[in-house]
Amino acid sequence: MESHQVLIVGGGLAGLRAAIAVADAGRDVAVMSQVHPVRSHSVAAQGGINAPLGNAEGGKDDSWERHAYDTVRGSDFLADQDVVEVMSREAAEVIYELEGWGAPFSRTPEGRIAQRPFGGAEFPRTCYAADKTGRLLMHTLYEQSMRRRIRLYPEWMVLSLVVENGLCLGVVAYHMLTGELACLATGSVVFATGGYGQIYGRSTNSQFNTGSGMAHAYYAGVPLKDMEFVQFHPTTLIGSNILVTEAARGEGGYLINNKGERFMKDYVPKLMELGPRDIVARAIQTEINEGRCFDDGSVYLDLRHLGEKKIVERLPEVRSNCLHSLGIDPVKRPIPVQPGQHYSMGGIDCNVDGETLVKGFYAVGECACASVHGANRLGGNSLLDTVVFGRRVGRKITEAGTGESSSPNGKALERAKGRVEGWLKELFSGSGDEEPAQLRAELKETTIEKCGIFRDGAVLKEALSKVTELQGRYKKLRAIRGGRKFNHDMTRASDLGGMLDRAEVIVRGALAREESRGAHYRMDFKARDDVRWLKHTMVQHALEGPRFSYKPVAVTRWKPEVRKY
Amino acid sequence: MVIEKKVILEVFRFDPEVDKGPRYDSFTIDVKKGMTVLEGLLHILDVQDHSLALRFACREGVCGSCAMFINGSYRLACQTQLEALKGRRVWVGPLPHMPVIKDLVVDMRPFFEKVGLVMPWLEALSAPSGKEHLQSPQQRSIINEAVDCILCGICHSSCPMTWTKKDYLGPAALTKAYRFVADSRDVAAANRLALVNSEDGVWRCRTVFNCAEACPKNINPTDAIESLRRKLVSGRRKSR
Repeated sequence: MESHQVLIVGGGLAGLRAAIAVADAGRDVAVMSQVHPVRSHSVAAQGGINAPLGNAEGGKDDSWERHAYDTVRGSDFLADQDVVEVMSREAAEVIYELEGWGAPFSRTPEGRIAQRPFGGAEFPRTCYAADKTGRLLMHTLYEQSMRRRIRLYPEWMVLSLVVENGLCLGVVAYHMLTGELACLATGSVVFATGGYGQIYGRSTNSQFNTGSGMAHAYYAGVPLKDMEFVQFHPTTLIGSNILVTEAARGEGGYLINNKGERFMKDYVPKLMELGPRDIVARAIQTEINEGRCFDDGSVYLDLRHLGEKKIVERLPEVRSNCLHSLGIDPVKRPIPVQPGQHYSMGGIDCNVDGETLVKGFYAVGECACASVHGANRLGGNSLLDTVVFGRRVGRKITEAGTGESSSPNGKALERAKGRVEGWLKELFSGSGDEEPAQLRAELKETTIEKCGIFRDGAVLKEALSKVTELQGRYKKLRAIRGGRKFNHDMTRASDLGGMLDRAEVIVRGALAREESRGAHYRMDFKARDDVRWLKHTMVQHALEGPRFSYKPVAVTRWKPEVRKY
Repeated sequence: MVIEKKVILEVFRFDPEVDKGPRYDSFTIDVKKGMTVLEGLLHILDVQDHSLALRFACREGVCGSCAMFINGSYRLACQTQLEALKGRRVWVGPLPHMPVIKDLVVDMRPFFEKVGLVMPWLEALSAPSGKEHLQSPQQRSIINEAVDCILCGICHSSCPMTWTKKDYLGPAALTKAYRFVADSRDVAAANRLALVNSEDGVWRCRTVFNCAEACPKNINPTDAIESLRRKLVSGRRKSR
């Protein structure tokens, strides 16, 4: 059995930033990831990363306080303000650090890091590298991980988080290239496993973003937080739901309905296309629902007036995605878009240093919820979240010394491996006739149609009974086929159970929350209700089903006020 | 959705630990508008043959997972529209000249090892301002092309020099070296140039340009290699 002082699960931005912090403290660290780090979903982030550097014209008066306030207001006051404060205070420093490590940001004429306006932000504070920011930061951190010779376990998939008596012992993982099942003992485990987009239909997320990390943590007894808050990105390509970055609007793009109107004037006239994501997504969906859309069910994102030079320079990837996916050149024609599932505000409950209820187990990035995004994340804050809190988690582990000495509990790990082995054998010997791909398709349709942008108590109840039905059918899967090596049938079937259980948690949380806040919008409770609902939803796994409780929001500087733009 | 046409995907199948040799399996696919080769393969995985092995992730051409050999060309499966391919049969194979693990999945480990050999990271002094290093848009534009590399392995697989010399660093690793040598912030060009100044470094390239032709991100690695050679030669002339 291999062992490491610290094991990071997930090789995206949050995972690698944490690993680098641990390595820099001279500790033994390894990164385990379902895909090679440069294939992580972080590479799909396009528009940029927020920090109040004041490099752009009109950005001189920006400050960490303004950034924090925009974030809190964007969150519809559900974010924990002490944690938001940490993020915006540390933002500039982590950006300069990334730049010093080689991140190829776009530049202002003076040679400084270029910044552009983004939704819900008072100043242009989104640092960018054309529309490839996530990808270029990802490669930068991968390069830095090579510099530190950080041990990688690529194409290893964690199948169980092993916790005994409130103490994290390690993981059981499956090596896709060989089919081998192995235990790994560690002093500390950090989950940086990303979001669950694939639970939803019309998602911008990578195919492997099933949120399995959240599932393993949940089953190991760690609470999940605010799971009903699901972000829908306003603009995804019609059909494929490939992301069209908010930067397209930040650079000046218009949203147009079938009457040729810039309809955002009817929703947030001051900010127009640069409203926060929840508001713009609802506006677009309203236009679509009320028939002011085009025949394919889209509205138009029009960039033509920006001109070819600006589009090629600032939005090359948007252009190539349009050309590849739709055969449309945005220089000449408007882009047909619709909202799509994009991000999970909720996740594994943790504090500002990624610590969870389980000693030695940490969470960071999209899978985590220290609560900086609250009920609605602002564009450009997710990349920032990954690097700020990645660094903090790494440092915390090395300070706390939990990564210091691992005294591997071999027996407990072997028992856990035995349980996983038994579970896999069950999958291979299933005698039912339910098709995993069919269940997944029905799940995705249920979530997007019944627990999407607009929600309603009666419809959410339908969603819940459908999810319950799917959970029942999941117990009657057909036998999984093939050998153990690179077996998608097996990994997808094993993921599916967790996806169904998390869908249940999302729907139940949404049903319970009788108010509208940020991305959670109830047609039957259209107002925000701070008296009853200014609190975080907590959910813990129990044999009889998910157990819900609530926890107060940290309000420090900014009293909740009507969220008006 | 309107079905545009039917195609037969001829998909390479091989598990070296189980099969005597490789074969192609045929799958008939109803092609809908906008459907990519990757979507066709995922449809096979979902409905027709659950045992198919392939890599996939972002489905938008930025993660580099689904590099394959499609109808005799190096392609990203997610960036290849089925409708646009000529003929009723579409041949899909793994990246040539790389060891097959299973079906369309090849062993990328030797490729990534080579990338790691060229000091593929920035070595910079601390910025005097305590903020960012200044870099003009012109300086930044020099590395525009090189930073676009997604490490998909296509250029490496397409290069005839890598086919016969397993130790050759190859076009991707050398482009990575160039990316840092050409970065105005970097201070370790000499060390990096020394690492690529060898028979299995820049001098192995025979300017066949396969890499430039194959790259799905329109990068020209041959050009990058030529630049590294020029720097090496002019460095030698200066030191004379």
